[in-house]
Amino acid sequence: MAIVSRGFRGRPSSEDKPLPPGQYLTQDFPVLSAGPTPKIDPERWSFTVTTETGEDTSWSWREFQALPMETPTVDIHCVTKWSKFDTTWRGVSLDTLLAGVDTAADHALVHSYGGYTTNLPLEDLLDGQAWLVHSYDGEELHPEHGGPVRLLVPHLYFWKSAKWVRGIRLLLEEEQGFWENVGYHDHGDPWREQRYQGD
Amino acid sequence: MATTRTPVKMTWRVATVAGFRDETPAARTLELDVPGWPGHLAGQHVDVKLTAEDGYSTQRSYSAAAPADGERIELTVQRVRDGEVSPYLTEVAEVGDQVEVRGPIGGWFVWRPEDTAPVLLVGGGSGIVPLMAMIRARRAAGSLVPFRLIVSVRTPEDLYYADELRVPDPGVDVTVLHTRSAPEGSRRPPGRIGVADVNTHGWPAVLEPTCFVCGPTGFVETAADVLVALGHDPRRVRTERFGPSGS
Repeated sequence: MAIVSRGFRGRPSSEDKPLPPGQYLTQDFPVLSAGPTPKIDPERWSFTVTTETGEDTSWSWREFQALPMETPTVDIHCVTKWSKFDTTWRGVSLDTLLAGVDTAADHALVHSYGGYTTNLPLEDLLDGQAWLVHSYDGEELHPEHGGPVRLLVPHLYFWKSAKWVRGIRLLLEEEQGFWENVGYHDHGDPWREQRYQGD
Repeated sequence: MATTRTPVKMTWRVATVAGFRDETPAARTLELDVPGWPGHLAGQHVDVKLTAEDGYSTQRSYSAAAPADGERIELTVQRVRDGEVSPYLTEVAEVGDQVEVRGPIGGWFVWRPEDTAPVLLVGGGSGIVPLMAMIRARRAAGSLVPFRLIVSVRTPEDLYYADELRVPDPGVDVTVLHTRSAPEGSRRPPGRIGVADVNTHGWPAVLEPTCFVCGPTGFVETAADVLVALGHDPRRVRTERFGPSGS
């Protein structure tokens, strides 16, 4: 039974669309990062999928740009409580990138330039649920927001959508990433309010 | 590294307002009594949940402004114009009123008294809050680790904890930068933080300090870029951003 804060009325969202529990709607696009923003030259950018047997599949910037692109419009939810509706991105589905990769893994550890990592179940990257995106709202993705390329997994809290992404390791056993290792949830489903370990 | 821990859910606890202090016309420190509070590290934050009589509920995160004093915690809240939660916490809540809290949260933007590297704190506006918690934790622990604080505010009236920062604290050097209007006699003209400020009032990169940068996004981007340009290893530059929507 929640306690009532005397005199608090609040300002429920006027949108018809529901928000995940504990979230509020913003029109801004706040930036959250654990350190300085790495500046990455797209010409030197590459993306590598490494399987549990150590087999690498890599794409250069040019190879990545030649892949079939999609333009998902999705809602995003940050664990710091803000949500943003109807954000439009452009990029490559993880289904496309992982189609030719032979793996028995259940887990993924995403790596970024600058050293950031995040873990999630591999199945959350498949079936039209995740993209590597290079543009936001019709414009090149700004470095603050993860450019040149970030992961987009909108059905999970946004820290799973790693900025400055450089690769994914596919693993038979779960390995925790940067925030997960200091208490954030391994899965991070906003609709189940999986913010922190134990939620 | 397989997961071996058995996670325990962080529970919501009832917090009762025990007192408050106005830091500036737009910021208030709330003292909260939280039975069962497990303690926290300097730099960590706390989730606050407010529930209205009709059952509507919302949450925000606020940094702890001081080390825990038993079951009492302090949060400094900046009032955001048109905000939903901060006007309640800074204008409506009175001693005896209750909210719910859970935490502590975050394990990266933290300073531990056993850390020995020199510390550079760079704060913009309300970004000083978790940095002040570090200064207070250092003092409480009797730590001799050298600290430097560079804090940027619009005008002298916007500086949180001004009285406390004026009191000499051996080993803690404090520099206040003003972006809109500086006090009379100030040699530095008002302006945003730049390379010269960080170079003059920070630590040389060769000393390998741990740098904590907190404030609005533009401020953090600038200050973190300056630190990297001055030779600081990006892995020793820890950032925390207070977005404009953190209302």
